Amino acid sequence: MTLPLYVQGAWFGGALLFIVGLKGMSSPASARRGIVVAGYGMLLAIAATFLIPGLQNLALIALALAIGGGGAWLSAQKVKMTDMPQMVAIYNGMGGGAAAAIAAVEFAKGDAHGLVATTLATLGALIGAVSFTGSCVAWAKLQGVLKKAWRLPAQNAVNVLLALLSLGLGLAVIGLAPQQPELVIAFFVVALVLGLVVTLPIGGADMPVVISLFNAFTGLAVGFEGYVLGNPALIIAGIVVGAAGTLLTQLMAKAMNRPLSNILFTPMVASGPGEAISGTMKEVGAIDAAAMMRYAAKVIIVPGYGMAVAHAQHKVWEMTSILEEAGVEVKFAIHPVAGRMPGHMNVLLAEAGVPYDKIFDLEEINAEFGQADVALVIGANDVVNPSARTDKASPIYGMPILDADKAQNVIVIKRGKGTGYSGVENALFYTDNCRMLYGDAQPMAGEIIQHLKSMG
Amino acid sequence: MDGMLALYIFMLAAFTGYEIIAKVPVILHTPLMSGSNFIHGIVVVGAMIVLGLAETPLQQAIGFFAVALGAANAAGGYVVTERMLGMFKKKEG
Repeated sequence: MTLPLYVQGAWFGGALLFIVGLKGMSSPASARRGIVVAGYGMLLAIAATFLIPGLQNLALIALALAIGGGGAWLSAQKVKMTDMPQMVAIYNGMGGGAAAAIAAVEFAKGDAHGLVATTLATLGALIGAVSFTGSCVAWAKLQGVLKKAWRLPAQNAVNVLLALLSLGLGLAVIGLAPQQPELVIAFFVVALVLGLVVTLPIGGADMPVVISLFNAFTGLAVGFEGYVLGNPALIIAGIVVGAAGTLLTQLMAKAMNRPLSNILFTPMVASGPGEAISGTMKEVGAIDAAAMMRYAAKVIIVPGYGMAVAHAQHKVWEMTSILEEAGVEVKFAIHPVAGRMPGHMNVLLAEAGVPYDKIFDLEEINAEFGQADVALVIGANDVVNPSARTDKASPIYGMPILDADKAQNVIVIKRGKGTGYSGVENALFYTDNCRMLYGDAQPMAGEIIQHLKSMG
Repeated sequence: MDGMLALYIFMLAAFTGYEIIAKVPVILHTPLMSGSNFIHGIVVVGAMIVLGLAETPLQQAIGFFAVALGAANAAGGYVVTERMLGMFKKKEG
């Protein structure tokens, strides 16, 4: 199919705008502009596609665009910021599903000719289908629809078997051209099941990495189908995302100290409590906590997902403003995996109005805990557990943590005495300079604000 | 398309993606994952072509499904990313 120059030119422009937009998104100041630029690229590419001569089913295309695009546009407007990770997962899965469906039509038509095109079509279909069902499972888990981690007996063996079976069927699809319908259907069914079975046993804490991995998968699938369709814009956008997503996945896995192979093949289990912890947890009241911070020179706040769940970020920011007016220096320390995705906590704080120049990464702030009078830990647990540095028996040993224990005083706002997401006891809570403030983060922050105000 | 030419595009695009992410601060990882999620929504263009050239009802049905999914990927990905990035502000107020 030879396309007129204006269609090809528009696609080229779309790809260019994507790259420029993605580049813009790599710095906070220009990030917003970046996504808008990329958005124009998408509109341009879609509009040009309508102008392809001889394109049939235009009404169907418009209807599908309206249903899919309109529905997603409306639902994405309404979703809460804490629920963002699962929305990314589900939209990503849809992209993977679209790539797989493109391959399905190509097979049905017998349009994929030649070894390279058939191979890439099949590979894209496999990756896209796995990403589709896998992302749906990831969505269901984060949304709380699926609460249990389903684990088959001999899970790893089943995974490998299914993967081999799908590859084998894929090879048969490639080898036995023209494609046999039964074979193609079997191939798709096995690929879809593979995505389900691989993702089901993975725990919620590991989901961000998995979503990022599926994001990279979908990118690759789109790139491969782009080759089959002879569309360089799809190739470029897909492969750029595939590479960027792969790197992002590695960065996340590194931040959690969980190699990707561990996440996919061994679920995180509390392999034992680790070393016994001596000492007791000491309680403190909101009024004392307020006084400790009010008369401090420097306070570092460590927010965790517990703060976001309690919707306490607005109260925490109000408290921060009062402390700053009183002359206290306040900074926020964010662990790479705080929240449900790297950077998720930054988004939640930004929503509450915290400017991003008060928010610091682990590497930037860890040296400062030694000079802080108070470290206030709100709804975070594993990311401040000093056992990760010292206790080789602990399941989280080796994970980089925020050195909150090095502050003069540590105040921990926590709902109860339970352990964190990983099920590990936190040695920090038993240290001499640590005080526990039991309660829900939002009312507790509210109480601290009241006491701060009465102190003037 | 020329197979070798496509291979070169694959290679250069892979390096471009790698370079763009390599220098990104952690605070942007979530919006960037979401932003790259939006960008592979370009799959909708491929789906439109497939549906536009579909010949049988079966091909039309699968193509329709593909366009709807691709459009959802693009539209949802855009809104989510734009909402997140819209909240990043440098100074209070």
